[in-house]
Amino acid sequence: MLPLAAFADFMQQIVSGLASGGIYAALALALVIIHRSTGVINFAQGEMATLCTYIAWTLTVNHGWSYWPAFVVTLAFSFLFGVGTHRVVIRPVEGGNVLRIVIVTIGLLIAVNGFVTWQWSGEQRQLESPFPSNTIDVGGVAISVQDIGTIAVTIGIVVLLWGLFRFTKVGLALRAAAVNPAEARLVGVRVTWMLALGWGLAATLGAVAGMLTAPSVGLDPNMMAPILIYAFAAAVLGGIDSPLGAVVGGLLLGVLLNVVSYLSQYHGFGWFTEELRLPLALGIILVVLLVKPSGLFGHAEVKRV
Amino acid sequence: MRTLLELDALEAHYGPVQALRGVSLTVGEGEVVAVLGANGAGKTTTLRAISGTVARSGVIDFDGKTLRGGPEAAARAGIAHVPEGRGTFVELTVNENLRLGAYTRRERQRVKADVKRVAEYFPWMAERGSQRAGTLSGGEQQMLALGRALMSRPRLLLLDEPSLGLAPLVVREFFRIVRELNAKEGLTVLVVEQDARIALSVSSRAYVLEVGRVALAGTSDQLQDDESVRRSYLGY
Amino acid sequence: MSRLGFVAFAAFVVFVAVLPTFVSDFKAQQYAYVGIYLIALLGLNVLTGYTGQISLGHGAFMAIGGYTSAILMVGNEQFGGPIGGGVEDFWTIPVAGVVAGLVGLAFGLPALRLSGLYLALATFAIAVAMPSAIKRFADFTGGGTGINLFGKPELTGGLTGVTVLGRQLSFNDWLYYLAWTIALVAFAVAWLILRGRTGRAFRAVRDSETAAVSSGVSLARYKTLAFGISAAYAGVAGALFAVANTYVNPDTFPIALSIFLLVGVVVGGLGGLSGLVFGAIFIEFLPLWAQGEDLGSHLPGFLVDETKKPGGPAIVYGVVLILLMFVLPSGVGGLFRRVGEAFTRRR
Repeated sequence: MLPLAAFADFMQQIVSGLASGGIYAALALALVIIHRSTGVINFAQGEMATLCTYIAWTLTVNHGWSYWPAFVVTLAFSFLFGVGTHRVVIRPVEGGNVLRIVIVTIGLLIAVNGFVTWQWSGEQRQLESPFPSNTIDVGGVAISVQDIGTIAVTIGIVVLLWGLFRFTKVGLALRAAAVNPAEARLVGVRVTWMLALGWGLAATLGAVAGMLTAPSVGLDPNMMAPILIYAFAAAVLGGIDSPLGAVVGGLLLGVLLNVVSYLSQYHGFGWFTEELRLPLALGIILVVLLVKPSGLFGHAEVKRV
Repeated sequence: MRTLLELDALEAHYGPVQALRGVSLTVGEGEVVAVLGANGAGKTTTLRAISGTVARSGVIDFDGKTLRGGPEAAARAGIAHVPEGRGTFVELTVNENLRLGAYTRRERQRVKADVKRVAEYFPWMAERGSQRAGTLSGGEQQMLALGRALMSRPRLLLLDEPSLGLAPLVVREFFRIVRELNAKEGLTVLVVEQDARIALSVSSRAYVLEVGRVALAGTSDQLQDDESVRRSYLGY
Repeated sequence: MSRLGFVAFAAFVVFVAVLPTFVSDFKAQQYAYVGIYLIALLGLNVLTGYTGQISLGHGAFMAIGGYTSAILMVGNEQFGGPIGGGVEDFWTIPVAGVVAGLVGLAFGLPALRLSGLYLALATFAIAVAMPSAIKRFADFTGGGTGINLFGKPELTGGLTGVTVLGRQLSFNDWLYYLAWTIALVAFAVAWLILRGRTGRAFRAVRDSETAAVSSGVSLARYKTLAFGISAAYAGVAGALFAVANTYVNPDTFPIALSIFLLVGVVVGGLGGLSGLVFGAIFIEFLPLWAQGEDLGSHLPGFLVDETKKPGGPAIVYGVVLILLMFVLPSGVGGLFRRVGEAFTRRR
């Protein structure tokens, strides 16, 4: 049995794991949306998110905006940025070898990272948090409001997106364009615009992830690099084509990492050091994949003769 | 009868391979016209050229206007293309497939009414609306593809080999519904078929293609009755 | 290979042989790295270009090769490890290839279950985990400090005095000839493997696994084999990389290296060999060009100033990479093939 204090501590780790997991989930969802429509992992997803977060920082710090207006404007910017990226950079290489698109997203990663450094310098910046930094007491467990806010924003975003895809005409068209572009064109869907729209939504999700990440870890040009790896892992864990899988995978991963960190302090996981965090996460995912090669919620690839 | 669709010297290419070498044909409003011919004669390509899914040249006149652009434009002009091999969104539900059929339309109330109208032809669709299309049988998927096409209130319906891979009974049912749609609602249909006998039984006129050209044209009755035509072109 | 191909290859060998006579010692070192990258790219191309398996973790196989080489030369007794070392650098290279190749084979077996992006993640995981693993097993690898390979003349071939074409070689020239001799042999070996039965089997696996199986190609065997060959090449490249670097530590083989190798293969042209030389040149020189180092005098001044700012080179690098994918859809190798076809058609 865990002593009570340890239990409270443990629960706190679970909640903060859900909060960081929510961020992974948001970015993982972005990766899934793009993978479903364009068929690649967008390696630049994290850097695009970082750029958008800098926009929010500029608006709040340099122009004195308050947080929520800056949040909304940043989301609008990120949406257009995503749409523009698809139109200008991705569309010319669509339809060929997917590795070509992969390399283009790697080029984009490098260029956007360079641009951020060039424009805002590599210095670490502080983006304010919309949530107070105190904690509230829930049945003896102290939970930070920051964590609750992060979880709430993630849930809100996921519900909004789910509604968009499930109930709106444009959401239906987005799904149709992703699963069967040729057929979608026959019923009158403008597929290339739907793909651009997907990139816009993904960039918006990334911006949310970035703005939620920055207050706790500090804003710098490489802020999203580890988050992208976790998101990639979460998306693959859930099944790269499954939005539900991305969310579950992200949350699982967030909680898992925190729990392992926690256990290493108390229960003779002496071999575990912080630098093993990432390898361990990836190792666990590899084991899952070996058992279930297309992720927890993925469909097995259909092999055609 | 007013001419709805007129093709004049239509050509189409797949890369370096020329699939259509100048096809000319007309479809009148309210008519069912069949396009027959052997494998590789260019039947499917003719439909693809009309809906703009293959690179083409020549003139396509639809409803008095020249048709340009890709399949999106064709769909918006009122052409519903049911491609070879069902053409349903297998990952989406029956209802979602039907909703997508009405994608180009804005009048919500009428679209809702049309869902009911389609359900009159295919009662099972109303009951199994939330079933994934991929789990339907081949015949049901073909019916769904037709239902989806109807949801767009098409001026012209293009049917590509609807009998392919279906049981004879299902094929007969499918064409019975097509005939009914034509008789009741005046739906104009251009149907491509391997099975000449059934196609001629629903159509009023037919064209026979041979290596990318129209080899023969006439009323369906003429073609059906002519022994030599039947033997050399229709294979029965 | 056509007769034209042989002539081109022979001409290239001659070019490689005389190049150091015309360039500075410093440049020779850079070209040595091109040779090293070429070896790694040849290997990665077997895997990605020929069997269609994406690896985002080839830097890890290079790390295995590099550390094998370093430990065989210097030993790890000073960190508390079991190996005494004392092997001359040249002889560590084949051993590094074998060790990495065996690890590759072992990794190829579980990787059989994965395809596409899932395999990419698995290999990526290895590359991400590698630096941490190296730090974790410090008594074998020297941990964060790493291992210094330099300074034992009896073990470092370049310091004992070698003469080629009547010239006493500097360390960098020696490195150059070592890297390129191995690279050219590796090139020939890759060509021999890929043109025969094995190469056909690889391509069959890439084009359609189902069709490959139904024509009697064992998927497990050839996919694993491709992994093994590919990792062995990376191991050899890693050993040379360590020798050229003169030290290894966990940061010698970063994740970025794995990613740049993939970039190099695509730029070079998947599924061809000769274009890979350009992929290797790209990996070594584009970062330098992006800093305006060699282009300084050709660019307008204000642009050079901008590229000197932090972040500037990265922008140039990224944009060039994207533009390259726009204009060369199948890499430099694809361009070669098209030019070649144009020539043969004219006959």
